[in-house]
Amino acid sequence: MSRPGRDDAPDRLYTLTQGRSRSGPDNPFDLVTLVVAECEPTPGMQSEHVAILRMTRAPAAVVEIAAELRLPVGITRVLLADLHAAGRVSARHPRLAAVPDPDILEQVLVGLRNL
Amino acid sequence: MDSATSDPRIPLGASADNGLKIVVVGGFGVGKTTMVRSVSEIRPLNTEETMTQAGAAVDDTSAVRGKSTTTVAFDFGRISLDAHNVLYLFGAPGQERFWFLWDRLFSGTLGAVVLVDTRRIDDSWYAIDRLEHHGTPFIVACNDFGGPRHSPDAVREALDLDPRVPLVDCDARSRESCKQVLIALVEHVRGHYAAQAAGSRQELV
Repeated sequence: MSRPGRDDAPDRLYTLTQGRSRSGPDNPFDLVTLVVAECEPTPGMQSEHVAILRMTRAPAAVVEIAAELRLPVGITRVLLADLHAAGRVSARHPRLAAVPDPDILEQVLVGLRNL
Repeated sequence: MDSATSDPRIPLGASADNGLKIVVVGGFGVGKTTMVRSVSEIRPLNTEETMTQAGAAVDDTSAVRGKSTTTVAFDFGRISLDAHNVLYLFGAPGQERFWFLWDRLFSGTLGAVVLVDTRRIDDSWYAIDRLEHHGTPFIVACNDFGGPRHSPDAVREALDLDPRVPLVDCDARSRESCKQVLIALVEHVRGHYAAQAAGSRQELV
């Protein structure tokens, strides 16, 4: 008999997202979109949502959240989209355009030189 | 050695609002994770993405016929550059079968470092070919494994490298060395887009 909860069985992942396996092209969450909690967890909330809200009291990138939850990025994106739609998290999307802003490149260079 | 061994949960500053991506690509065992670890402010984390093969333009699916998804694991680290900009460094597998990952997962990447072991140069050809195809600016960094030194010209020739692509030596274990590689990349990225802008201005004249 398998232990409920912490296994990687695909059916568990489907349960987490109510059967949605893909976040879809309209999902705005990039790997490095920074997510910030807009509220505290409430009783009865799905445990993954609770974990995300705790983790994002300070900004955290989508990949960091996925790694921390030990869930694939795609599943994490679905969970984040739900929280975002409910107004429980806000998203700070990357500002990088197809051609990067020279000012941002300059800021990156300054930051790297100061390391 | 001056590598970061800090807790992965070090929170970002509250004003952080712009995530940036740089990808370190290279063959197995070339030192990608070592490089990420050397400059990262957090212990490198690992995550995975499940990708469907449908829509992957270049991937040869003959080896996985009948299979619709593939799971790819990758490492990443983080560098807080200032109050707003946070740079994420991704270690990406360079093997051919992982390249469908690039198209979507790493879109919007500032640039790439192709990490090369000069004893196994062939491992890098495919990565360089794909980066050129995508138009992603990149530099080549030869990780020093303590073997015989190859002249830059010999490495360039072996890689059939565009003369405009910078080639640097590095020690992936050294924070300072990896920092210099990233600076070289971003300077190249800046020059790359400045040249592109100058070119399109000329066309307009």
